[in-house]
Amino acid sequence: MDSKGKGLNLALIRYGILLMGLSFVFIGIYRNEVGIVLKKAINICLECIGIG
Amino acid sequence: MDRRRITQIFSAAAMNSNINGFLKGSIYKGNIKKICVPGLNCYSCPGAVGSCPIGSLQAVVGTIKYNFSFYVAGLLILFGAIFGRFICGWLCPFGLIQDLLYKIKARKIQVSKKLNNTLKYLKYMILVLFVIILPMLLVNEFGMSPPYFCQYICPAGTLQGGIPLVLMNLSLRDALGYLFIWKMFILLFILTASVFVYRPFCRYICPLGAFYALFNKVSLYRYEVDEDKCTRCNACTHKCKINIEVHKNSNSAECIRCGECIKICPTKSIKRNLTLR
Repeated sequence: MDSKGKGLNLALIRYGILLMGLSFVFIGIYRNEVGIVLKKAINICLECIGIG
Repeated sequence: MDRRRITQIFSAAAMNSNINGFLKGSIYKGNIKKICVPGLNCYSCPGAVGSCPIGSLQAVVGTIKYNFSFYVAGLLILFGAIFGRFICGWLCPFGLIQDLLYKIKARKIQVSKKLNNTLKYLKYMILVLFVIILPMLLVNEFGMSPPYFCQYICPAGTLQGGIPLVLMNLSLRDALGYLFIWKMFILLFILTASVFVYRPFCRYICPLGAFYALFNKVSLYRYEVDEDKCTRCNACTHKCKINIEVHKNSNSAECIRCGECIKICPTKSIKRNLTLR
């Protein structure tokens, strides 16, 4: 494959990954995963600090 | 002080800008914590204003309701797809700590290529086992699981969250046990190793670095070598503290984009690039 073709493939892969990342974020927000992240983050994580 | 160090300090300060937390021995409880920061920064650090992505991933996977976190995985994919391991080299607070420790004058140890090539896979194993598989499968009678990586390995949690909170809270001090001793041992081991070996945690243990490493070859931010200008003098390879042959593999999964190869290149044939194409 020539360098132009390789560049096009790479660009497509990048667009695909970005689109996948964005879709995942929106799916996660829709599923209310953000609430779980917040709940965990605003309470001291005893396991993280070596107590739990 | 160079641009990278200034960026690292600014990034660490921005991720930990809740000064009140340090004064009162408490943590920030605001809405910004819905968002994960790109670097390894414990959300139980009194200064933390965002969430740790690795902790959040395990927190969601460890609930009864979900087996996978689309939200955290999506954010990590976006961070990785745009920046790759530039985050490790320029934005991660725990990376900054290791960089500063490596500046201490001591006899430095160069990890042999063979050992390095074996040890580098450890972080991928930790990512898969401790962050994904164990929280998914090793659950209690209620179907929930603890954040195994945070609980048994993460030195950032001990340093940023454990030590300041324990020092400032009597109730937490009373609850200390063997787990804290184990985590302090890991922390001291990694901090000591960082004086002699360049970024041992990032290179061999960090699951966040492992995740971003998967994107280094395709990320928008990347290095490009001008083959016509490059004289194959190997100056970049000799300068690289992570044993990368930059002129042959400028977007290696292990490259944290410290930029030392760019500075040393006599023909200026290595360039940074940020593009969608």
